Amino acid sequence: MRMPLFRRTKRWLVPVTGLLLFSILFAACGENSPTILNTHGPVAAQETFLFWVILVISTIIFLGVEGVLIFNIVRYRERPGMEAPKQIHGNTAVEIAWTAAPAVVLLIVLVFTVRGVLAVAPESQPTTGNTINVTAIGHQWWWEFYYPDYNITTADSMVIPVNTTIHVNLYSNNVIHSFWVPALTGKTDLIPGHDNTKWFVANDPGTYQGICAEFCGTQHANMRFDVVAESSDAFNTWAINAKQAATTPAAGTTAAQGEAIFKEQCATCHGIVGVTPKYQMQDSSKVCTTTQACLLGPDLTHFGSRHLIAGGVLSWDAQSCQPGPDLMTKCNIAKWLHDPQAIKPGNDMNVNLTQDQITQLVAYLLTLK
Amino acid sequence: MATRTIGDSATTVVRRRSLSESYLGLWLTTTDHKLIGLMYIVTGFFFFLVGGMEALLIRTQLAQPNGKVLSPEEYNAVFTMHGVTMIFLFVIPVLSGFGNYVVPLMIGARDMAFPRMNAFGYWLVLFGGVFLQASFLFNAAPDGGWFQYAPLSELSCGANAVSCAPGMNPDFWVLGTMLLGISSIAGSLNFVVTILKLRAPGMSINRMPLFTWMMLVTSFLLLFALPSLTVASFLLLLDRHLGMHFYQWGFGGDPLLWQHLFWSFGHPEVYILILPAFGIISEVLPVFSRKPIFGYTFIAWSGVAIGFLSFTVWAHHMFAVGLPSIAQVFFATSTTLIAIPTAVKIFNWLATVFGGKISFKVPMLFALGFVAMFLIGGLNGAALAVVPFDYQITDTYFVVAHIHYVLFGGSVMGIFAGIYYWFPKFTGKILGERLGQWQFWLLMIGMNLTFFPMHILGLLGMARRIYTYPADQGWNELNAMASVGAFIIGIGVMVFMYNVIASLKNGQKAGSDPWDAFTLEWDTTSPPKKYNFLELPVVRSRRPFYDKKYPEKADWKQVTH
Repeated sequence: MRMPLFRRTKRWLVPVTGLLLFSILFAACGENSPTILNTHGPVAAQETFLFWVILVISTIIFLGVEGVLIFNIVRYRERPGMEAPKQIHGNTAVEIAWTAAPAVVLLIVLVFTVRGVLAVAPESQPTTGNTINVTAIGHQWWWEFYYPDYNITTADSMVIPVNTTIHVNLYSNNVIHSFWVPALTGKTDLIPGHDNTKWFVANDPGTYQGICAEFCGTQHANMRFDVVAESSDAFNTWAINAKQAATTPAAGTTAAQGEAIFKEQCATCHGIVGVTPKYQMQDSSKVCTTTQACLLGPDLTHFGSRHLIAGGVLSWDAQSCQPGPDLMTKCNIAKWLHDPQAIKPGNDMNVNLTQDQITQLVAYLLTLK
Repeated sequence: MATRTIGDSATTVVRRRSLSESYLGLWLTTTDHKLIGLMYIVTGFFFFLVGGMEALLIRTQLAQPNGKVLSPEEYNAVFTMHGVTMIFLFVIPVLSGFGNYVVPLMIGARDMAFPRMNAFGYWLVLFGGVFLQASFLFNAAPDGGWFQYAPLSELSCGANAVSCAPGMNPDFWVLGTMLLGISSIAGSLNFVVTILKLRAPGMSINRMPLFTWMMLVTSFLLLFALPSLTVASFLLLLDRHLGMHFYQWGFGGDPLLWQHLFWSFGHPEVYILILPAFGIISEVLPVFSRKPIFGYTFIAWSGVAIGFLSFTVWAHHMFAVGLPSIAQVFFATSTTLIAIPTAVKIFNWLATVFGGKISFKVPMLFALGFVAMFLIGGLNGAALAVVPFDYQITDTYFVVAHIHYVLFGGSVMGIFAGIYYWFPKFTGKILGERLGQWQFWLLMIGMNLTFFPMHILGLLGMARRIYTYPADQGWNELNAMASVGAFIIGIGVMVFMYNVIASLKNGQKAGSDPWDAFTLEWDTTSPPKKYNFLELPVVRSRRPFYDKKYPEKADWKQVTH
């Protein structure tokens, strides 16, 4: 019986389909993706190296096994006049051979696996060279970063120096999240009650996208962050600035009006050092108690020098947020302040601000460099 | 009114027909394994459509960036219920249904060992399924993922109570899965006793069909795995409703306890989903290659090995939670080990087809498609076992690709192979060949178009369980492709439904043995009589029906087993 739907005239469909499927691989060659195939640090490099090993081995096995399958289908398809086949029940030698062969291949891969596990494990953190500690705290649904050695709290963007070991403490006081920066390191979960840690190094300056990679509720999809790797000097400059209290805008300016609105409406959830009463940078990673304040919303002390909003659901730039008639349509901060629920439904921010108030707040936030 | 006595044909009795004698009553009260098997299959298929709708909703939402088809809350309920429905209400009931119908026939028995418990098991599935789906009516459909991790499943957690699960959603999940678990336990006990005690004389364990072997292993897996899920769920109920704190870190509990308990069930569960399909393939390939299965003993015992090993690998679902390195290495090793018996099976299937006389009837198409697709699922699964690589791609669409190649390319293809193979036996009609071919190719093309791009999406950083994604991540085309593929699958399923209806009405009549098959279920009428076999079948080899039809070249004359 002929191969169904596979008459001669349609054989060209096979290579065409194959090419189409293959073209999938080119459809997305990492344009701006947080891809694991473009690594910028030794941890990610080791992890992604294994991908290439797996790809080669899998392709060989795939072509081999599918090849045998297709050969069998073609060579042994029923044809008129074909004899009844030999009734073979098995062959022990062959069984042993094809049990041993995959075992050997898998064992080789296992060696790579074990070496890789040990190489990137927390206990293998480099002991020489510079190290910086950062505590990453998962909230629903944004990232807080606290630098215990500098007493800096920030959100959404983790600024780090290049060629420095970053030791990350991972805390959550709500649900499980996962810290993942594909270009720099694989993921480790933030588990409430557990003291997970990880380490990584960024070899090249740049901004690397981070992702929450454990389902954590309604807005898990919009819990991104950035790792901004800079030269050591730039990092030190950043740290000095980040420790300062917020700049007070000149009296009578739009920004000063914005500060007033902030104190009135936003300070219950957001902290700005020097503005929010009693708020100081601190490690709010653990239990929220009456004596230790728990951040409900991201710290905004230096919001003006970051560029992500609300767990990375939007990014903004100063250019589009200059005061003007089209502020509400061009500036993402304004859009967020206008209707946070429309952008990130289910998040904890509920505000009702007039357009004037938004203009003032935007002006204020821009000054918080 | 006259009393009736035996042999007294002149006396008539007037009485009302009892419920169990009406057509509906027959189905409601039956304990016949064949009818129960059919009910399992039809019910399971209905839930396949429900889960399929949920899949299409997911793919419509994700076809484009910033999708607005579903709100995040709706999406989370839909993807959760897609998993729950497909796993607990489709694959398990349908495979159980095949087991119910076919296993007693294959072993030459009159029925299952416990017919009434058999019926009980089925009705629990129906009511459990209705209960779970009813959660939508209460706006409380489970929405924490089919795996329901703590603490997201707790009533409250951390500073914001509303950020966990104050509603009834996890409770529906717990109670629904418990109902289904009871059903599976009842069914598994039945299979174990039936298979061990009711085989026809001459059918040693080493001679029973491989589908029966796989049902036996699957039943043991269910019996040993379900307690973990039951305990995990029960502790969650205690946390949620009796003020206990098993999973709550703030009171000394541990969220990871849930994961260990859940995956101690969850991993054997995935083998429960695939082993019966392995069994179906091991029945179909020999018949349509006109040869016995190659390496019967190795296939049977690799199934047993997989069963044992499946209890040693659970934490490979937890490689990113921060277990100590020694544990990571242990689970990497055990996961690597379990790949070996699976490879052995694939090679034996290839050797079965090699040197055969292959007929491309639709059951064979699905069986060959199974081998081709399951191989991919096995390869990307082995990739996930490489722990450092797993750190990068766990919880991404790469895993979604893996699970769907093994579940769709594996279980679903296997199920359709079984449907096309045994439909003539169940109904006396053969499913249309032409439509079957169309369905097969639509499903093959659709599934590859849907799930292959997901490998790449995972490599490009797309996480799982996200209700939308931004337009600038480079994921747009691949997602669009996957969505198109999903609808192609949908069309394939519709072709199937049309085929069933058309074949039932006007299909080619099937005799008792349309495929010239080898095992005892074909030595009955189509459909079999209520009592199955008039006389005890004679079993002298692994292919008793083949021996009966071809006594000159009977297996027992060629080999001893």
